[in-house]
Amino acid sequence: MTQSFRLKDIGLINRNKKLSFKFNGKKYYGYEGDSLASALIANGVHLIGRSFKYHRPRGFFGAGVDEPYAIVQLYRNGETEPNIKATEQELFDGLEATSVNCWPSVNFDIGAINNFLRIFLPAGFYYKTFMWPKSFWFKIYEPFIRKAAGLGTVSIKHDKERYEHKYEYCDLLIAGSGPSGLASAYAAAKNGARVILAEDKSRFGGTLLTSEVNIGNKSGKEWADGIISELKEMPNVTVKNRSQVFGYYDHNMLVMSERVSDHLPKTKDFHPKQRLWYIRAKEVLISSGSIERPIVFGNNDTPGVMLSSAAKEYMKVYGVLVGKNPLIFTNNDSGYETAIEFKKNGIDPLILDTRSNPKSEIINEAQDLDIKIKYSYVVVAAQGYKKVKSADIAKISDDKEQLGNIENVKCDCICVSGYWTPTIHLASQSGNKTKFNEEIDAFVPGKSKQNEKTLGAANGIYTLEETLKDSFKIGSEVSKKITNNENKVSFPNVVEKKSSIHDKFWCVPLPKGKNYKRFLDFQNDVAVSDIEIALREGYRSIEHVKRYTTLGMATDQGKTSNLNGLQLVSKIENKVVPAVGHTTFRPPYTPVSIGAIVGREVGKHSKPTRKSPMHSWHEKNNAVFVDAGVWLRPRYYKRGNEDLFEASKREAKNVRTNVGVCDVTTLGKIDIKGPDAAELLNRVYTNAWLKLPVGKARYGVMLREDGIVMDDGTTTRISENHYHMTTTTAQAANVLSHLEYYLQLVWPELNVNVVSSTEQWAGAAIAGPKSRNLLQKLFPNSDVSNEGLPFMGYMEGDLFGVKARIFRISFSGELAYEVNVESNNGNFMWEKIIEVGEQFEIQPYGTEALSTLRIEMGHVAGSELDGRTIPYDNSLEGLLSKKKDFIGKRSLIREAFTAEDRQKVVGVVPLDKKTSIPEGSHLVKDSKAPSPNPKLGYISASCWSVEYDNPFSLAILKDGKNMIGEKLFVMSPLKNKIIPVEIVSSHYVDPKGERVRS
Amino acid sequence: MLHIKCPHCGMRSQNEFSYGGDASVKRPELGKDISDQDWNNFVYNRKSLRGKHWELWQHLAGCRQWIKVERDTGSHEIFKTLKAEEEIS
Repeated sequence: MTQSFRLKDIGLINRNKKLSFKFNGKKYYGYEGDSLASALIANGVHLIGRSFKYHRPRGFFGAGVDEPYAIVQLYRNGETEPNIKATEQELFDGLEATSVNCWPSVNFDIGAINNFLRIFLPAGFYYKTFMWPKSFWFKIYEPFIRKAAGLGTVSIKHDKERYEHKYEYCDLLIAGSGPSGLASAYAAAKNGARVILAEDKSRFGGTLLTSEVNIGNKSGKEWADGIISELKEMPNVTVKNRSQVFGYYDHNMLVMSERVSDHLPKTKDFHPKQRLWYIRAKEVLISSGSIERPIVFGNNDTPGVMLSSAAKEYMKVYGVLVGKNPLIFTNNDSGYETAIEFKKNGIDPLILDTRSNPKSEIINEAQDLDIKIKYSYVVVAAQGYKKVKSADIAKISDDKEQLGNIENVKCDCICVSGYWTPTIHLASQSGNKTKFNEEIDAFVPGKSKQNEKTLGAANGIYTLEETLKDSFKIGSEVSKKITNNENKVSFPNVVEKKSSIHDKFWCVPLPKGKNYKRFLDFQNDVAVSDIEIALREGYRSIEHVKRYTTLGMATDQGKTSNLNGLQLVSKIENKVVPAVGHTTFRPPYTPVSIGAIVGREVGKHSKPTRKSPMHSWHEKNNAVFVDAGVWLRPRYYKRGNEDLFEASKREAKNVRTNVGVCDVTTLGKIDIKGPDAAELLNRVYTNAWLKLPVGKARYGVMLREDGIVMDDGTTTRISENHYHMTTTTAQAANVLSHLEYYLQLVWPELNVNVVSSTEQWAGAAIAGPKSRNLLQKLFPNSDVSNEGLPFMGYMEGDLFGVKARIFRISFSGELAYEVNVESNNGNFMWEKIIEVGEQFEIQPYGTEALSTLRIEMGHVAGSELDGRTIPYDNSLEGLLSKKKDFIGKRSLIREAFTAEDRQKVVGVVPLDKKTSIPEGSHLVKDSKAPSPNPKLGYISASCWSVEYDNPFSLAILKDGKNMIGEKLFVMSPLKNKIIPVEIVSSHYVDPKGERVRS
Repeated sequence: MLHIKCPHCGMRSQNEFSYGGDASVKRPELGKDISDQDWNNFVYNRKSLRGKHWELWQHLAGCRQWIKVERDTGSHEIFKTLKAEEEIS
């Protein structure tokens, strides 16, 4: 079959460029400019898929974004994508697509048995049926439903395509390039406004591409082409096709998805597949047009039943006939335009008009062309299974209740027009409360909520002349307010045929004795009878009816079904449509790929990665890295076949016996300057700070207002009014904000400035009994003796010509120092330490050894200061000043915080001295107590003590103060472990802290 | 995404800011006696208003200043923004 439905001369496709493509494995040809849908129709293919619930055959219903049926699985350049509308997918050479929701094939689909079981599958079927027995849900019902449901398969491969985000500001964003979009964009652009004009389709012009009108002395399409090329030349205008404005958010922020490469066989190098635009517009003009709505009749989902406007678009844009024996079923003049187009292309249509005696220019033209018209006629039911073969038609009484004798007429397609529904999604998303327009039986935008205006058909204006006049005017007015510039645009003369009023008829009654399915929602198989059941069962709110029946819930979001659903509910409920109201319009207007939403923030790009200046040294020396917040830190340095456990043990042991060096650049650092700096510290830290001498460091703990420990660290007085604060790696940003909060809002009288200096300094912790010997070699001109640089002392030194800060502070519990140099000297410092340290058997150590060292010393860190503990819990109560007030102090006298049996940090050792204790395990008194076993505490951190060569953990334990020496059980249901343990002091090694002072 | 006028930097997108809660809350003075009730009100108790509300935001990815923003919590309309030191009128 070679495009036997392709017309000769009509259409906007390029017949000189033939493209080959495959559908369900079979090869076809189309032309450049085709959509997948038009190319398939040209080849006479109308069976595209199966419906969601009953697996009924599915064809094409529309020609664009409103398409509920023709959803395919697309294969492009080795990737696959589900939920692609064949009507939106542009054809490219080598395109492959397959049907979805059918097995084993679209022609023979086993699921179609549901069609015969449909009497058992009414609305709410799933809710009613799969409730019992409960145990059946996971094993039987859920897998069954999973298999039955779905509109395609998501690829589980990593998506190699690139998606980008773009942020844009403009004066006017105009959504839709139909007549109203073009006219308003043109007027605004002439006034000098920065305009973005967005068109969802590949071709600009909207309905001007398919309607027989003249603007000025040009056809509608020529006029549109002229305006677009003029706009494209203007520097203040951005014109975008294949770009759907799908969401209207707060403060005039709109989001647009641009399909940059989806129409190409392969994305070009350095191009994204799609681009998401975040557009902040001063004013928004919504020119999204309208969508034709169907008339409901029996078997109205049969392939070959489609919107009359779509049939016209297939002819005029794609040069394709949707059928050679068309039946047009209409309640307004739009159907006549389609019929006339058929006639012009040598096809004889038959029009059924529900109206009894309509008169208009268009109808006269149809009559002049000898088109057969039957007035007061309706389609009762379509006949044919995989394609329309004929239609049962009948005369209908004036009150639209009684059908005459049923006649059968042969036809191969039924083109339906039930009038037009304005596309009000964006307006409604903006917060605009819509109103019902009786004249057109549809909702239109009401009073503007944000800076938005709706133009043309989207606002219920269906004549071209009025649309253009209105749009030129509004485009000009709105832009003039922004630019204070007015360039009058002369209004062109418009020639269009006048229409008569439509018939408010939307649903054909069932003939006696027949029980045809009459579908409202084509994608979710919701029929008239389903809505009737829902209402009979007591659902009243339209939102509830929607959820119970799934009306309007599919990927097309009810673009063709919502209004007819409302009509039905209001008819049964005996209400008017506006009293029923409509369901909420939510973004996105059309499906947006997850890739576009995520953009470039994928994998390692989801957050910035911070590396210390010594990172490349760590890499070269076999460091295995770990994520510490956004930082990458060496976890251990692998030697030979060592694993984490062996390596960290070796590194920690070397710190205890010789000397180790650890990269501590990641610690948060805050530079504090000003005459009131000491006062600030005195207020935010729990201990006293006013008398700290220059050249001394002090350990401090900060609380939140609720008494919970926020962070800890050392702060050093560099000079009279200059302090250097360190924070934990994780809390650095929060502590800075915390200080800024108090300085800016609570104590603006304090003369202090704070600024982050984390990135300005590279830090190395040198720890171990031989650290002083090493320091002496590193700083031969400085007195780093115990007297010259005592514990918690500070001095500046000269590290082979590089200025360095030396702090005598210790996290490992050993004699230790921290050396800081400017970041760009970090690597120099590190290499010098390693080089000089060799004689003292220095080894670098990572975070795992660092943790081991601090855990066995009983130094609390992030796993104890976890946002749930107070100073007492961490045995930090000695740091609470009694003489002064500080942030959070007042909260510490709360009853729970002062309870006798308050939790406290303790040490935990397994009785067998062998079994490692999993972090997060619970501590219980009796391992055999019935569930729920009362929990006394939890393991916060575990290590293998290198000092004693057995496992050791820290725990936060209820009444920890009085529990030392008790025997308890550690339970880890996750690891299925029960370990008998003894509670010991948290200060497992060097409890008196002699080493740090040695 | 909200569009917030930083009194120091001008109109900026919400993602440059971080939210800081009710701006009308005043921290009790340090060193002064305060009842449990008043302290609890300061630390914990907040009204969850629908409507106009003065709140704190910090221009975190900008000038790092804490600012005061009068916003309608229902409609997200922003009426006024103030510098930290300016009193809510």
